Amino acid sequence: MLIQQIINGLTLGATYALIALGYTMVYGIIQLINFAHGDIFMIGAFIGVAAASIFFHNFFLILIAAMLACTVLGVTIERVAYRPLRRANRLNALISTIGVSIFLETFMTVFKGPQPIGFPHVLNNATYRLGHTEFSSIQIIILLVSILLMVGLQGIVRYTKTGKAMRAASEDYDTASLMGININRVISFTFAIGSALAAAGGVLVGIYFNSVDPYMGVMVGLKAFVAAVLGGIGNIPGAMLGGMILGLAEVFGVAAGFSSYKDAIAFTLLIVILLVRPTGLLGRPLQRKV
Amino acid sequence: MENWLAGLINPYYEQVLMMVGIYIIAALGLNLITGMCGQLSFGHAAFLSIGAYTAAIMTRNLHLPFIPCVFAGGLMAALFGALLGLPVLKLTGDYLGIATLGFGEIVRVVFTNLKITGGAIGLAAIPRDTNLINVLVFVVLTVWAMSYLHNSRFGRALAAIREDEIAAESMGINAMFYKVQAFALGCFFAGMSGAFYAHLLQYLNPSDFGFARSFDILNFVVLGGLGSIPGAIVGTAVLTLAPEFLRFVAQYRMMIYGALLVLMMIFRPNGLLGGVDFRRLLRRRRQKAAVAGN
Repeated sequence: MLIQQIINGLTLGATYALIALGYTMVYGIIQLINFAHGDIFMIGAFIGVAAASIFFHNFFLILIAAMLACTVLGVTIERVAYRPLRRANRLNALISTIGVSIFLETFMTVFKGPQPIGFPHVLNNATYRLGHTEFSSIQIIILLVSILLMVGLQGIVRYTKTGKAMRAASEDYDTASLMGININRVISFTFAIGSALAAAGGVLVGIYFNSVDPYMGVMVGLKAFVAAVLGGIGNIPGAMLGGMILGLAEVFGVAAGFSSYKDAIAFTLLIVILLVRPTGLLGRPLQRKV
Repeated sequence: MENWLAGLINPYYEQVLMMVGIYIIAALGLNLITGMCGQLSFGHAAFLSIGAYTAAIMTRNLHLPFIPCVFAGGLMAALFGALLGLPVLKLTGDYLGIATLGFGEIVRVVFTNLKITGGAIGLAAIPRDTNLINVLVFVVLTVWAMSYLHNSRFGRALAAIREDEIAAESMGINAMFYKVQAFALGCFFAGMSGAFYAHLLQYLNPSDFGFARSFDILNFVVLGGLGSIPGAIVGTAVLTLAPEFLRFVAQYRMMIYGALLVLMMIFRPNGLLGGVDFRRLLRRRRQKAAVAGN
């Protein structure tokens, strides 16, 4: 029973973590809470559905198609709606992200209707049994794909030149640009990776719950954002840790009988963590300079 | 009292006008917190809902008169504002915003699960006590209170905290004390606004007070120009009326609204009335008149 809940929690947590990475990377570099990120996750799921009817139900082709399409979308959004506001008041940029979010949600509602649609059958859902624990092949695939993507991301950030530029930019934006780093390219790249990960999350969640709708990104996005803050926003391993903690907390909260308060669990955890460790579990303490 | 207006204004316009007034009260409350004191709040709708439910339950179940219930709603919201503010206002910037957003979602979930609020089905059959007159009176009272605060010792302390908290503290301003006061006071106005909202629509549902509503109110304040009282009024009026004027584009309405938000932020970064000082404008006008008179 315990192991069962842990598996369910980690599956949920892995999807939160995938989305949380996009929030945290963008925040790390330009200190912007991208409220449209949850909607990119939603668009990713819809593209997955559309791709499923083109690519003969091949899971990996669907995943790659959704990730590529959302990469383009994420970079375009940054270019059009956020870049002109980079030197503006932070609150203005934040409201711009909300505007984009409203736009994307309504766009999909107009285009596809507000009702949830099912995800075409792309994976055989076998159930495996190990003693008293049951897990499905979809859960294993979600965990595997998420871990693979996160390891890949760590590889890019740690060992490539662009990754180094990203780290430099999040350390000190202005100095990095003085050192000859093309900051616009780094930011575009960050949005590209973040959006691709969110799209992967969208496809996985769409398959897992067999339901895709224009507002699916709102609550998941918000919780993924909470996960990013829990782990320490701007910190990549922190986002993964936060996602897992959040997934486990929700699953155990529901198992303990708080199912009607499920949505409040994440936010209660958030406020408690913020009060105890204001910059999250793995975040560096803020320095106050006079 | 209401009757002499009955024939004068088309009921649809009347409804929209009341809505604008109700949101102006809430927006001015948020303007006190975010505009004057510089503290981000992404959970303002939660305080609207606290005031709305408090007042609605008092008039509906206890049959108390409306206006005292409005104040009770405001006080209840202020109480929760102070209770939240005391621990949370030590956070700064985005972290404060996130914590208030979390509080807003918690309030929504709690209202969805409570029996007395009707849970997810909502609270219906609230008496329709809101009318154009009492909304207008409260808007005027709120504007008066805000401009009074703006030029008071309290308002100057808030401005000092907004500009530089450390410098303000070194000048002997107890920042925490003023921040909690400003937060609670802003929530008081949100609560009153919620009470009017409840008694206008006669029906409350927790899903009406999610974080999207909080951001709506934040948009009103930022679009108008942070910290400016006329700005908050104009911003609220423009953004509340925009979806009404956009009705002709039917389902594309919210798409255009979203795009408009982005465009306004890019092309009017300081808000519609940001940087416009009305007092100075009036003074200049008077000087010009004086010059012309000579």
